[in-house]
Amino acid sequence: MNATSPVGRFWREFCENRVALAALVVVAATILLAILAPFVVPQNPYDLASLALIDARRPPGYVGRSGFVHWLGTDAQGRDLLSAILYGLRISLQVGLAAGALAFAIGATLGAVAAFVGGRVETALMRFVDLQLSFPAILLALVLVAVLGPGRGQLIAALVAAQYAYFARTAHGAAAAERAKDYVSAALSTPIPAWQVVFRHILPNCLPPLIVVATLQVANSIALEATLSFLGLGLPVTEPSLGMLIANGFQYMLSGRYWISIYPGVALILLIVAINLVGDQVRDQLNPRLKR
Amino acid sequence: MAALIACQNLVKRFSSPPQLGDRLARLLGRPVRPRTVYAVDDVSLEIAEGEVLGLVGESGCGKSTLGRMIAGIQPPSAGLALLDGVPVMGGGRSPVKTTTRVQMIFQDPFASLDPRMRIGDIVAEGPIANGLVSRAEAAADTAKWLAAVGLDPTAAQRYPHQFSGGQRQRVAIARALAMRPDILVCDEPVASLDVSIQAQIINLFLKLKRDLGLTMLFISHDLGLVRHISDRVAIMYLGKLVETGATQAVFENPRHPYTRALLDSMPKLRLDDADVDFKPIDGELPSPLAPPPGCHFHLRCPGMRPACRTAVPELIRSVDGRELACHYPLVGG
Repeated sequence: MNATSPVGRFWREFCENRVALAALVVVAATILLAILAPFVVPQNPYDLASLALIDARRPPGYVGRSGFVHWLGTDAQGRDLLSAILYGLRISLQVGLAAGALAFAIGATLGAVAAFVGGRVETALMRFVDLQLSFPAILLALVLVAVLGPGRGQLIAALVAAQYAYFARTAHGAAAAERAKDYVSAALSTPIPAWQVVFRHILPNCLPPLIVVATLQVANSIALEATLSFLGLGLPVTEPSLGMLIANGFQYMLSGRYWISIYPGVALILLIVAINLVGDQVRDQLNPRLKR
Repeated sequence: MAALIACQNLVKRFSSPPQLGDRLARLLGRPVRPRTVYAVDDVSLEIAEGEVLGLVGESGCGKSTLGRMIAGIQPPSAGLALLDGVPVMGGGRSPVKTTTRVQMIFQDPFASLDPRMRIGDIVAEGPIANGLVSRAEAAADTAKWLAAVGLDPTAAQRYPHQFSGGQRQRVAIARALAMRPDILVCDEPVASLDVSIQAQIINLFLKLKRDLGLTMLFISHDLGLVRHISDRVAIMYLGKLVETGATQAVFENPRHPYTRALLDSMPKLRLDDADVDFKPIDGELPSPLAPPPGCHFHLRCPGMRPACRTAVPELIRSVDGRELACHYPLVGG
């Protein structure tokens, strides 16, 4: 990569922060493991036929009926926890990334259009967004999941509805600043159609702050999904996500079978902290006031 | 010569929304002074085909706003900006520019080019969007216009941050020319450039005007530059025109005290050893929020008489084609 190009400079600066670099490695490894999960894990946790209750709630290191070592133990259904965690990560990442991307697209468009159009449309849209921001996201997501019912699509829709407002706020602020610049006037006076000005000129120039919000909101989506699953409002029991694994093991915590809850919890925390660290570093680098 | 651009009683108001205190005062029945700025206040102006009109005035006098209304960037609050008798912007609640024949060049070439687009895309975007060239022809067309402004065709592949200020301004000119305009509105096009670069860009303008037969509105506060480039000048003060006329006549024989004061305040190089004798205009430009009554210039005018405090002078055309808004014009000179 060319060291003088903006991307090359950004990458070099990113590498200077060892913690952020380690976090990026963790995120990349997690994504890779989640993608490759079916080829890595010893047991398909969705295949109920391969589970045996005789293997249930065994501690880490137990050699099960099928002959392989359960490195992280098994849960109440006799599922290998390592396999369940990796499959759970697949769901968490899918839901988190899909919800983040959709909320990004909807929120950024809404914010940029509001800033561009101005007037009453802007006031109405942004007051609605403000109203929603004053609600806790978890409350809104809870209500929506309860209304929409179970399912992956419904869950993503609820997360998007709870989170697009953050993107809309950020995009609105950035777009309002870009709207006043001469290159927008130049495009309008050419004239270039308004939608083209918004999507080809204003939005691309609002990207830096939006990318930062996106990294943090993906982590938030994953945490929110885990919370909803923990509360029993997420995905079906046959496809346990990390949150549901934690919820399932919760009742055994005090009887000494800590591993059922703790290991999925550690995986969740590791992923969220790593994404947040990467997001923090990107934010610091994109903020000109923090530039040395 | 027929007038290509005609402005009829153009007005641009900017009002800030009433604040809480003002609303309370109105509720209590107290009079509230509206916070309205008349950036451009009843300006009528014509530009003939093939003419270069220099628009001169201090910072904040509304000359850029006037230019932006003529270029179709801002809709006028009242009045019309006509191109061949047709308004530059359509009507309605959110007016849109309806012509491609007027194009604008901006002061700051660091702000007027989208930093995320390649030069080639910047130049080609307008012609493609308006159906002047097809996507297939766009590259050749862009190269032609880049060559016309003295840039290498390979520039099309690069980004604005890889260019200097002068080169960026050339790109901005190429972008405007690619729309095949009849009129260029140039808003201080060289004010942010080095003096050595200024001369190059000015010469480029003169060459383009000659080759393409462009009509130009040239906005500047640099009197020397305006004298060099313009056929006719219009002097603006606090949103109003105070004097217009052929460049030579106005510069050699100013009739409005403000024009006179501007010319006197212009630093000149002198070959003899005489004391440097440029004098600044007394006082500051009054706040456009509360313009003085009567003639806007009377607070700073050396020849002020009582009538100037109350009566607003009209812009009146005299037999020699010059226009003037002053109760007591200067004679001789």
